[in-house]
Formats: sequence, structure tokens, C-alpha cells
Amino acid sequence: MEKPIRVLVGKPGLDGHDRGAKVIARALRDAGMEVIYTGLRQTAEQIVHAAIQEDVDCVAVSILSGAHNTLLPKINELLIKEGGEDILFVAGGVIPEADIPFLKEHGVKAIFTPGTPTTVSIRFIEEHVKR
Amino acid sequence: MYDEKKMMGLKEELGLYNGRVEKSLARFPERKEVFYSGSKEEVNRLYTPLDLEDQDFGESIGFPGSYPYTRGVQPNMYRGRLWTMRMYAGFATAEESNQRYKFLVEQGSSGLSVAFDLPTQIGYDSDHDLSEGEVGKVGVAIDSLMDMEVLFDGIPLDKVSTSMTINAPAAVLLAMYIAVAEKQGISAEKLRGTIQNDILKEYIARGTYIFPTEPSMRLITDIFAYCSEHVPQWNTISISGYHIREAGSTAAQEVGFTLADGIAYVEAALEAGLLIDDFAPRLSFFFNAHNDLLEEVAKYRAARRLWARIMKERFDAKDPKSMMMKFHTQTAGSTLTAQQSENNIVRVTIQTLAAVLGGTQSLHTNSKDEALALPTEESVRTALRTQQIVAHESGVTNTVDPLAGSYYIEAKTNEIEEEAMEYIRRIDDLGGAAKAIDDGFIQREIMDAAYSYQKDVENEEAIVVGVNKYQVEESTPQNLLRVDPIVGENQKEKLRLLRSARDQEAVDQALAHLKTVAQEDENVMPALLVAVKTYATLGEITDVLREVFGEYKQAVII
Repeated sequence: MEKPIRVLVGKPGLDGHDRGAKVIARALRDAGMEVIYTGLRQTAEQIVHAAIQEDVDCVAVSILSGAHNTLLPKINELLIKEGGEDILFVAGGVIPEADIPFLKEHGVKAIFTPGTPTTVSIRFIEEHVKR
Repeated sequence: MYDEKKMMGLKEELGLYNGRVEKSLARFPERKEVFYSGSKEEVNRLYTPLDLEDQDFGESIGFPGSYPYTRGVQPNMYRGRLWTMRMYAGFATAEESNQRYKFLVEQGSSGLSVAFDLPTQIGYDSDHDLSEGEVGKVGVAIDSLMDMEVLFDGIPLDKVSTSMTINAPAAVLLAMYIAVAEKQGISAEKLRGTIQNDILKEYIARGTYIFPTEPSMRLITDIFAYCSEHVPQWNTISISGYHIREAGSTAAQEVGFTLADGIAYVEAALEAGLLIDDFAPRLSFFFNAHNDLLEEVAKYRAARRLWARIMKERFDAKDPKSMMMKFHTQTAGSTLTAQQSENNIVRVTIQTLAAVLGGTQSLHTNSKDEALALPTEESVRTALRTQQIVAHESGVTNTVDPLAGSYYIEAKTNEIEEEAMEYIRRIDDLGGAAKAIDDGFIQREIMDAAYSYQKDVENEEAIVVGVNKYQVEESTPQNLLRVDPIVGENQKEKLRLLRSARDQEAVDQALAHLKTVAQEDENVMPALLVAVKTYATLGEITDVLREVFGEYKQAVII
């Protein structure tokens, strides 16, 4: 049997809006993935450290504080530095369209904005993780 | 509530009606097998006096301005004075927020509502590592009394009422507010406003906690005690269901969990030796307004009645003001869609009606672009205009509690009250709200409801216009508000200057004294007032308290 996909759901930044993170964590779990949720207020370092430690296939972060342009590139940099360049990095939250090209240039493979069905995120992860 | 004989007759009539409907259903089936409210409660086809058979008008509905306040806390409600149109605003620097406040006051906003950025809400200065990228983003950055002086520059604090969305460091920000007033020559007795100061819902849903439960509750009761003596017109807490609902709870859970939190605060204050009627009149509440208009109206009515009963029966309050639930409402951010964002104006209108028909004391209406970014000035104006149209054009303000007596509204009010009471019983059994939060009970219940709703949307059992039905191709939205990243740098520079200009010895002394007070069980407010006046920063003050109190560790529950 194929090993299940392992996902770290992370909540970088200081905002406490974790409904999205928790809903996606449950949906990924219901889709057969192994999910680790970090809880609130994680630094980029903590998220990347947990991702490497837990040997995940995907890091999915949720951010609604507006600090995405600062924090997401930092997570990407650290992932590469710590040997996690094969880990699929995706994000969700209140992120303006205009910021998406910048974030994609900085290693975020997909950005799921409000209203995205969980099935879309699940499919994207299934199709894009490197195993 | 009704004549017995007439009820018998009515039962027969209802039977006949049901027969007729059943017959036609074979040929014309209804749109759905079962109809659900926004909170997924089953809704019947028809409500009649039979649904209210056991209800006593005087005991459960009564008159506005009288116990149990189902119909509102004032006898004539909006015929006397409209609700306070209070728009939550604040971003970037104190200077820019100050401009926005002056704009809102000019536009007819009747109270200020301050949004703080996340570092401020969690007690970090703008130059802290964790503040990187967050300074001035979701609200205004306040590092010291200096920022607070700029924030309220030219706004006479005895003329406005100010609501501050601040929780874990509420005592510090309140101290700064009192200090600014003092500099304007206004004494604390004259200040009117509210601090949110509701830590329990931070652990449950909102996330800006700092300290563990026990010292947090002590800070709250210190504020209660200090204000009842020195700032008597201040609402010392806004017990909030808003964020619980945003996190995905149902309407009944919103009421049940919020009132359970309220009970915990009352108990903490009583334990600290306060007398119920000394502090209870200053408790206020904060609820959400979702799209299911009738369910929401019933929710507010149920919450008011249940709180009145709890205060009277459980806590033996004597002052009617202690039994009156006054509340602020905000329309539901979580119902706004990024898709076809113009539609959000319509949603906000329905939600405004719900809040007004439910008898709110103040209201914030969200702007159409908030699923995309912080709102622009133009969209904020439309949101405020929505309230003004409901107030002056819709006619719903002409009579008190106009939906009372609707069989559905009254039945729904009863249903929500019962369901909320059941949650309160379960939480009592678990040892109270703080314990139920530590156990993760409340968070799990909310998460179950949130996940179930998400699945309903994805299965199209719940329709969200523009999201899972009636979609269109859209171009990238334009004209979104952006906070200049330079704000963080400027704020850091201001801090550097402040630290070099102030009397450091006075700061050190004040912080050392604060530490001693925090370690003992003396009220911290006077020591905080001294500290903020020396221009000790929010981060420095909070660090002293962190050292004494420790930090809260969140239970991670999915």
C-alpha cells in the first residue's frame, strides 16, 4: 500500500484566525493524508523546523494577517536552506491577487484564496507532491 | 398563552391544513426534503400559536425595558435614540488612524472603535522579531503613550465614546487612554467607552492571548474594581460571541459559549470580593450578525432573556441594570465573498436589519472588499450608509421589537435559549468555561460546526451566491487598500527616538514597582498608570507581566 501523503499545516504570523487552517487540516485528513497542525503564531523557523523533523511532503500555511509578503518568502528560503527544497509549499488566506505573482516567484506553488473548495486544494497537493 | 378551547380548534385546523399540503406535495414537491436555518436547525413549514402553547407572555416576552428584556433594554428603543453607528477602524500609524477617525466623525459616525495591529494586541513592540511584517497591518501600531497621544489628537475624549478592541493587554491600553485624557484636562469619571477585555474567547477563537488563564482573569477583575471606582461610565468588558461565530459556531453555540464566558467573569469578580450590582451594569456583550435574518433576530432576543434570567436567578442581582444585556453587533466577516464582492453590500444590509430588528445598542457594518483586503475609505462609507438607510428609510425603527409575536420568531427564540442553556449546563458540569476551554470542549464543538458547514457548501447543500452558484469570470479586483511596508520602519525609528529621549530612571523604577504589584495581589491599574506616563513601552510593560505571570500554551485541536 502506498504511504499516505504527510502535510504540515502551519499558521505563521500573529493572527489568530485559524478556522481556515483547521478546516483544511480536517479535510486533508479525511482525504487520507497524515496531518500535523502547528497551532498559532509560528515563526518561519518553527514551521520549517517542524516540516523537516516530521519529514512531510507538503507545507500548507494559512495566513490572514497581511504579513504574507514578508513571511512566506522567508519560509521558502529556510526550506531550501534546511534541505526541504522538495517539499511542496502552498498557502491560503486573505491574499490579494496582486501579491500572488510575487509569492509564486518566491516558491509558493499555489495560493488558495477565500472560497476555494477544499477538494481543489486536496487535488493540487495530491498531484504536485514529489514522492 | 392562548385559550384552551381555541387551541383545540386550532389543532384540528392545522391537521386539515397539513392534509391539504401533503396531498399537493405528491404533484408539487417542495424544493427540499428538509429546510434548514443558517445554523442548520430544522425549520418547519408553518408556525402557529400551537408552537407557543405553554408560553406565558409576561414571563417570557413582556415589555421592552422590563425584565426579562426579551424585547429590548430600553422602553422605547430607537424611537428615542438610534443605535451607535460605530465603525471599527485603525491601520498603519497613529497619524493615519487619527485622520480616519476624524473622517468618520465628520461622516456621522457616533462613536470611535479602535483596531490595533497584532503586535499591539499581543504586547510586542514594533521592533520585536515577531512583529516583522505585522506592524500597522490589521490596525494601528501603539508602542507607547506617545502613539496614543497622536491617535486621539484633536478628538475631545469627553465628547466621544471609544471602543477599543484589546484583550490580553487591555489594562495597559486603558491606562494609556486615561493618561491621554488627563493630558487633555479630562478626568477619568467623564470617559465613556469599552475595552473588549474578553480573554476567554481569545483562547477559544480569536487567538491574541498572552498570559495563562488565572492571571488573565485577575487582570480583568482588577479592571472591574478600578473602573467601578474611578471610571464609572466605562464598559469594562465586551463579552464576545462575534469571534466564536466567525470561527464557525452555530447561533445557539454563539449564545451558549458567550454567556458561559460571561458567567465565568461574574464568578471571578465575585470571588475577588466585588459585589454583583457594583460591576454587572458595566458588562457588555458583542455579537455577530449572519445572513439568516429571522434566526439572528431570535438569537439576540434569546440572549437577552437568558442573561437576564441568569443574573437574577443564578447571581441574585437586584439592580435591573445588572440584568440588562447591552450589546454591540458586527456584521459577519465570514459571510463576505471575494467573488463578486459587490454582492457583499446586500449581505451586509440583511445583517444590519437582523441586528436592528434584534435591538442592538451599536453596530459596525463590514465593507464589501473585506474578503480581499482592508477596506478603502469609499467602501467604508457605503457600509456606514447602509446603517443610515436602515435607520432613516426602512421604517423598522418606528416601533419597538417589530417581529415579536411572530410564531416563528417566538418559537425560534425559545429554541435558541433552550439550546444555549443546555450548553451552559454542560460547561458547568465540566467545571466552568475556563475548564471547558482547557479540555478543548468548546473549540471542538465549534470546529465540528465549521467543518460541517464547509462540507455543505462543497456539496451545494448550502448555497453561497457567486461562490458555488451563479459564478462568473472576474477580472482582478482593483483599488484595494495597501499598507505601506515603510510603516514598520517608521515605527521602529519612533521607538528608538523615544527610548533615547525619555527619563530612563523613571521607566526602570515604574517597571520595578509594577513587578512587585503583579507578584502580590494588589490592583495593578495604579502601577500601570504610573508606568505608561513614564513612556515605558507596551512591550516593556507586558514583558514584566510575562515574567511574573508566564505565558499561555494553546491546546492544539483540529
